[in-house]
Amino acid sequence: MSYQPVSMQLAQRLFGINGWIGFCIALGVIIVLFPVLNLVVPVDSPLHLSDYAVSLAGKILCYALVALAMDLIWGYTGILSLGHSLFFALGGYAFGMYLMRQIGHDGSYGSHLPDFMVFLDWKAYPWYWSFTDHFWYAALLVILAPGLLALVFGYFAFRSRIKGVYFAIITQAMTFAFMLLFFRNETGFGGNNGFTDFKRIAGVPIATGEMRMVLFILSGLTLLGFLLLARAIVTSKFGRVLTAIRDAESRVMFCGYNPLRYKLAIWTFSAVMCGIAGALYVPQVGIINPSEMSPANSIEIAIWVAVGGRGTLIGPLLGAGIVNGAKSWFTVAFPEYWLYFLGLLFVLVTLFLPQGVMGLLKKIRRKI
Amino acid sequence: MIANELKESHASGDSGSHTLVPGELDTSHGVVLYLEEITVSFDGFRALNKLSLTIDVGELRCIIGPNGAGKTTMMDVITGKTRPDSGTVFFGQTLDLSRMNEPQIAHAGIGRKFQKPTVFENHSVYENLELAIKTDKGVWNSLFGRLSGEQIDRIGEILTTINLAEKATMLAGLLSHGQKQWLEIGMLLAQEPKLLLLDEPVAGMTDHETERTAELLNTLVGQHSIIVVEHDMDFVSSIARKVTVLHEGSVLAEGTMDKVQNDEKVIEVYLGR
Repeated sequence: MSYQPVSMQLAQRLFGINGWIGFCIALGVIIVLFPVLNLVVPVDSPLHLSDYAVSLAGKILCYALVALAMDLIWGYTGILSLGHSLFFALGGYAFGMYLMRQIGHDGSYGSHLPDFMVFLDWKAYPWYWSFTDHFWYAALLVILAPGLLALVFGYFAFRSRIKGVYFAIITQAMTFAFMLLFFRNETGFGGNNGFTDFKRIAGVPIATGEMRMVLFILSGLTLLGFLLLARAIVTSKFGRVLTAIRDAESRVMFCGYNPLRYKLAIWTFSAVMCGIAGALYVPQVGIINPSEMSPANSIEIAIWVAVGGRGTLIGPLLGAGIVNGAKSWFTVAFPEYWLYFLGLLFVLVTLFLPQGVMGLLKKIRRKI
Repeated sequence: MIANELKESHASGDSGSHTLVPGELDTSHGVVLYLEEITVSFDGFRALNKLSLTIDVGELRCIIGPNGAGKTTMMDVITGKTRPDSGTVFFGQTLDLSRMNEPQIAHAGIGRKFQKPTVFENHSVYENLELAIKTDKGVWNSLFGRLSGEQIDRIGEILTTINLAEKATMLAGLLSHGQKQWLEIGMLLAQEPKLLLLDEPVAGMTDHETERTAELLNTLVGQHSIIVVEHDMDFVSSIARKVTVLHEGSVLAEGTMDKVQNDEKVIEVYLGR
């Protein structure tokens, strides 16, 4: 039997400190380089980056943040959530409300209400739209809406000791129920059209190159910040308790820990991360509608994490990048075949790369 | 007689020479565990039949008996997994175990090792002990707390005791079966239990590992009260000061290994076969 010291194992799993510094620098370079290539480099230069590429990259940064959140709860704590797209969408809707208020009187009907409310013949904002014209309140809502929902839902689910497949199924049912709720026009969130036609953020027009860059850089910095925070979490004793819960929950209880509190803490934190990702995503893509809550989206998040490598933090970011990069290429080149390809990718990764891309990188490095 | 004293002290809240602290273990009479006339039935089958047993502070007691004698049920009663139909279980003078649930009992200071070793396989040996060590087990402390110097020393001591000091940084999943058993004993020790229950600690161990385990348990005598349930007679004779033989849910014989081995009844039901 070959013994390997744990520091080695951890280093390989978490990329080693040099790997981390390298990855963070790479992320930093992307955050700086993309705006420069898009705004400063002239359009006819071969180095120029198109607006499309930048907005795609911005979207992927938001997805990567979601994948990171999923890795904390699934990869480290062993709780598979198929409801993370709901938290993402709730964050998006919360910030979307602010963006809708910022449209002001510039809607098609020239009313102070959003078009869909005029269409419903509503005369005033419903109560839950109060204060959403204040940026900081909306920002708070981005954290509170997914956070509180996750806290309440998680408390009852974890207290009842719902685990594994059952937990995955009820989270999926939850996001599906919310999707149906948001599809109704009377819910007051624009029905199946959702929110769109945003004009400005904090009075600044939204459809400019500069604003796109601000959002892009903000998404990148948020991702970088949460990546380092997640690393601090999983390398703390708290993180070790999470992994212990994943591996032998009853033993954790015999050691005197209450797994409920630990699961609830990381579950809520993970949901809040998704909410923030959603809030950054919506102004970049210019639309949020209930299809973002569809169970298929949640499954896709799990696929990103599986492709990248569970329990590695960096892996899921790569997974989100690879799968979404492939998606944007496929949906242009062979639009009908994307879902087949995604399914095939998942099967292949499960069969041949149980540790995802990170596992593959590890193998390659060992060979060299 | 002991039970009477117990009830008196429980009722008056004070038994003269010492003050009772509710929820705290009180072993001022030198006894850590009292079982009095415990009966447990499953569908009419009496797993325990008026079992009475006391364990002294610092004692290492071996419980033996044929299959179905009620050894595991007895452990279940002590740890709160099974409720007795009748009889009393007291931890020290004051803690009525039949009214406490499993985490409360664990918290009060009874540690149990199950037959199958369960350690955290993806953590190092050191981290396993770090997770077990007695401290504030809340979320906040886990996020921001650090081990105190005393705790680090304590982990070092335990590592030496369980003979895994050189393997401190190894993943627990890579340990041999016997080493996992030791690690689990170490994790129990880290929680500083007043009473340790070990269910067949040497099952599946090599002869060498069994010997090492006997040495390990012998070093713990006096510091901890330990109950060992075991089938391996050689192992029992290498550690036991006092042996209790269970048969059909009650005590058949009790005493030194020699005395028990020469007991006619014991030979008939167990050893003779």
